[in-house]
Amino acid sequence: MAQYLISVLDDTTGSATDAEMAAIGEFNERLRADGHWVFAGGLAAPETATVVDARDGGPVLTDGPYLETKEYVGGFWIIDAPDFDVALPLAALASQRCNRRVELRPFLGA
Amino acid sequence: MTDVGEVLTRVHREEWARVVATLARRIGDLDVAEEMAAEAFAAAVERWSADGVPPNPGAWLTTTAYRRAVDRIRRESRREDKHREALMLADVPEPLGVIDDDRLRLIFTCCHPALAMEARVALTLRLVGGLTVPEIARAYLVQEAAMSRRITRAKTKIKAAGIPYRVPSRDDLPARVSGVLAVLYLIFNEGYLASDPGKEAVRADLTAEAIRLTRLVRTLLPDDHEATGLLALMLLTEARRPARVSATGELVVLAEQDRGAWNRQLIAEGHALVRACIAAGRPPGRYQILAAVNAVHTDARDARDTDWAQVAALYDHLVRVDPSPIVRLNRAVAVAELDGPQVALAEVDGLPLDGYHAYHATRAELLRRMGRGGEAREAYERAIELAGNSAETAYLRRRRDQLSGR
Repeated sequence: MAQYLISVLDDTTGSATDAEMAAIGEFNERLRADGHWVFAGGLAAPETATVVDARDGGPVLTDGPYLETKEYVGGFWIIDAPDFDVALPLAALASQRCNRRVELRPFLGA
Repeated sequence: MTDVGEVLTRVHREEWARVVATLARRIGDLDVAEEMAAEAFAAAVERWSADGVPPNPGAWLTTTAYRRAVDRIRRESRREDKHREALMLADVPEPLGVIDDDRLRLIFTCCHPALAMEARVALTLRLVGGLTVPEIARAYLVQEAAMSRRITRAKTKIKAAGIPYRVPSRDDLPARVSGVLAVLYLIFNEGYLASDPGKEAVRADLTAEAIRLTRLVRTLLPDDHEATGLLALMLLTEARRPARVSATGELVVLAEQDRGAWNRQLIAEGHALVRACIAAGRPPGRYQILAAVNAVHTDARDARDTDWAQVAALYDHLVRVDPSPIVRLNRAVAVAELDGPQVALAEVDGLPLDGYHAYHATRAELLRRMGRGGEAREAYERAIELAGNSAETAYLRRRRDQLSGR
């Protein structure tokens, strides 16, 4: 069984609407029922991020995201799927339910 | 004594896809399958010259490639992956019927919609068609290294993303088959009307390859009438190739072509396929309709005998299946013959095709017929600017220059 990351691409500051949240909830239930569920979560706004670099000893902290972009990852799912053709329709459903574009990406060793 | 080189060329054409496809299933790695298939063919050059051609060349190649693949995977996974090796060795050769399925698997994998279109084309030509990377690079005027990277990247994605090596489920099948046909049609069109001014006007190698691959897909999916339609469309288009470019390298439009130079054999085959589609009685898709249009054209001994009412009716049908502006533009050409250039121009004007050379070329011809020389000239200029094909540009220039002579 391979694992895939479905990241939600967002470009607005407002989070999901109630209707979107309800649709996402139903989708999550379905993932659980069908054995695809690993983990999912929504992320706080990019400006709440802190970049931490401890490669040279004491961590250097930078306030804000590592990249200033118009679009960012607003949340994600990690799913189990036997192959890409099983993961793809789930990603399509995820995009539909959260009403945003998503990126489907395999974990290494898929 | 048989000429080994000749036999190898034929066997390569007939067996390459089968060897790669069988290997890919048995070892689960496209990259290794491709490489070992190539090695097996290279080994055949030597062995067959020395020992003669084996009674079953395809089986010899598959076995040779498989043994080499096993050796290689064994070497690479000596420490880590005993399990995989055991699995692989347990796999015994399967009966022939299943092997045909492998080629279908290979085609669906190469044409997977998650790959960029140019990657699908390159991968299909390499893994299914058996063209070498330099051959594909030449056909698309791309540096060999760049083409090689494109193919490698696609194979890496297939492996890493877990794109499966199987025929799609019943639900996905129609969309996936039409994706495969789109790749084949794109290869054919690039051959038939090369988009780059530096290339020969017609690339017979690509059209021949596209036809060969479409024949294969049709054999593998005999119930898919669109595959039959696409094959018929290609054959009826290819049949006119000898008359399509003049000795001076200029495009010859349908109405001016020497119909005696058309390939009668291809036309007969194309017509038979169109009749088979009609006899099947299913609602036709776009390739079947386009094939029927081409059947009408190739039916006329003289351009003046063309049944334009039939052509227009077929385009009416196509507009319902595919209401794209390009289809409307093509329909207008038939309308011009039936109802005159004025009616056709009214339908053409306003189509959102300003960046498409054929739009301006069509307008130019219509305006010319209506005696509006100035506007026709402008339209020709625009079409020449946008046309990429050298033969087409030459034709448009001559038409434009004829105007100034008036």
